[in-house]
Amino acid sequence: MPLNTVANIPDPDGFYAELIAAHEGLSDDESVALNARLILLLANHIGDRSVLREALAEARRRDG
Amino acid sequence: MTASVGREMKDRYRLAFRLYPYARSQDQDAATPVRHPVIVMGGGPVGIAMALDLGLRGVPVLVLDDHEGVGQGSRAICFSKRTLEICDRWGCGEALLEKGVVWNVGKVFHDDRQVFEFNLLPEEGHRFPAFINLPQPFFEKTLVERVRQAQAEGAPIEIRGRNRVTAVEARDDGVTLDVDTPDGPYRLQADWLIGCDGAGSPLRGMMGLDFEGRVFEDSFLIADIRMDGDFPTERWFWFEPWFRSGASTLLHKQPDGIWRVDFQIGWEVDRVKELKEENIRARLDAMLPGVTYEIVWSSIYTFQCRRMKKFRHGRVIFAGDSAHQVSPFGARGANSGIQDVDNLGWKLASVIRGEAPDALIDSYDDERRHAADENILKSTRSTDFISPKSRISHVFRNAVLDLAERHAFARPLVNSGRLSVPCTYDGLPLNGEDALPGGPARTRPGSPCPDAPLAGETLLRRLGGGFTLLCIDAEAPEVEGVERIALTSTDDPTGALSDRYLGAASGAVYLIRPDQHVAARWARATARDIEAALARACGRT
Ligand SMILES: Cc1cc2nc3c(=O)[nH]c(=O)nc-3n(C[C@H](O)[C@H](O)[C@H](O)COP(=O)(O)OP(=O)(O)OC[C@H]3O[C@@H](n4cnc5c(N)ncnc54)[C@H](O)[C@@H]3O)c2cc1C
Repeated sequence: MPLNTVANIPDPDGFYAELIAAHEGLSDDESVALNARLILLLANHIGDRSVLREALAEARRRDG
Repeated sequence: MTASVGREMKDRYRLAFRLYPYARSQDQDAATPVRHPVIVMGGGPVGIAMALDLGLRGVPVLVLDDHEGVGQGSRAICFSKRTLEICDRWGCGEALLEKGVVWNVGKVFHDDRQVFEFNLLPEEGHRFPAFINLPQPFFEKTLVERVRQAQAEGAPIEIRGRNRVTAVEARDDGVTLDVDTPDGPYRLQADWLIGCDGAGSPLRGMMGLDFEGRVFEDSFLIADIRMDGDFPTERWFWFEPWFRSGASTLLHKQPDGIWRVDFQIGWEVDRVKELKEENIRARLDAMLPGVTYEIVWSSIYTFQCRRMKKFRHGRVIFAGDSAHQVSPFGARGANSGIQDVDNLGWKLASVIRGEAPDALIDSYDDERRHAADENILKSTRSTDFISPKSRISHVFRNAVLDLAERHAFARPLVNSGRLSVPCTYDGLPLNGEDALPGGPARTRPGSPCPDAPLAGETLLRRLGGGFTLLCIDAEAPEVEGVERIALTSTDDPTGALSDRYLGAASGAVYLIRPDQHVAARWARATARDIEAALARACGRT
């Protein structure tokens, strides 16, 4: 199964607000660490190595 | 001596239109204060709309405003479909539509790249567009003109300019008001006082009431400019624009070749300096190289999201900005105020006429606080996206923008303002049964009725100012106090009526409130079902 880039999150604004709220009160370093933990949790949930590889490549694209 | 004392009353703002010059009223010469059924404090868009709704229902209403007309400065420019539909019920929706600029397309940019494009109302079959752009003074003027027309037709409305309310005393059965005029002070009594005196509400202050919420630490420089630039009639929003005139910038068209430009300029700014013409021009020139323009109006705003804990305090009721204030992203200020009026008008009229218990007014408080919370939540989220308040929030915001260019999934996360749509009163006490298996979610009890084309008409035009029983391919008994409209599939040339009101059902009976919200719906309804839902929607149970 390829990486799903079609909108897939119900109530996107609510999700986004929760995401930002999770960082409330953290220092920049703490936020970076939170993001790392979050990525690892989600990556494990996805499991599929080819999907993860594709996501890594897409995320990397911006920085050339 | 009773001659005029010739007091000077200073204006707090300059007038765009002088529409209700001061004229001495007989009430000022009365030995004891004259009592009015309803007094509206404040003649902004919400106060004038309130008077129009009540007056057209035959309820005598007096508006006191401390100026003689509509203030300058354009403030609101986006008026929503729901506002136009409500104004159409009052008889001035078409006049607004004619004067306003219709737009549907919005474009979002980041730096010099277009992130995506949206269309507000791809759905056909509505009399009114999703939005029109019209400067607030024209909106208000159109309402006052409609009041003048209604007065000529006998509507019991009165507007008194340069009547400033300076003190109130609220009791269980009414309110006493002290009013200042150029001829000196006088006193009035009211059975009901509606506070439509704006975000700074002096009335709230006089009654010692709360107004809590969040201040956003950012300022916005707004300029209305006249230019012949060849920008299309679309809403253009830049995050971190390449021309660097603000952390974000909005460009929006108004009638008569005027454009609204809105720059996000940061929290700690020197207002006087920023408002100097040369400094405004520096920002505009960077954005519009080589374009000639004239600055028609400019101002700096900061924004807050807050509301009163309760909108009803006995015989005093708050509506519009006095009750709740939102950031302008999403155009939820005046638009939600007009919905307050739509909600309150029929309820207050029924209570005054003795047709409904006083408790019905509490449902205004429930329903419109629910709506205010929704509006505040949506406009807060937009503001947080546009003006991220931490470094990490800024990082995520820009990540969303970067991804949105290539990936559909990120586009719903881009939030440059979620534009005003009316609230559904889910789970609130006036709602009756939802007994229409397969019925569409969008018309469940509590929802505002969506418009639909009928043969040669539109549905909302058919709904009057009272309760309506809408029968579509279904029979229903007559019930007193309810007007019945029976439609069949032959009245539904496009199928929109069936889509929006039947869904998978083969027929339906809807009880619709005077404000065009659904009270209850059934596949089949007995007189008892309908009477029970009607009693509930009138606060009788
Ligand atoms: C920059 C900006 C852009 C906006 N854009 C939009 C938009 O696109 N769409 C939208 O829907 N909303 C928008 N808004 C919000 C909109 O302008 C307000 O929601 C709207 O004006 C509220 O109307 P109102 O009648 O409640 O209050 P106001 O317009 O503030 O009117 C209050 C009235 O009460 C009078 N008054 C005050 N004190 C007294 C007294 N003591 N006695 C008698 N009279 C008194 C005042 O003189 C005034 O006439 C915007 C606001 C800003 C600042």
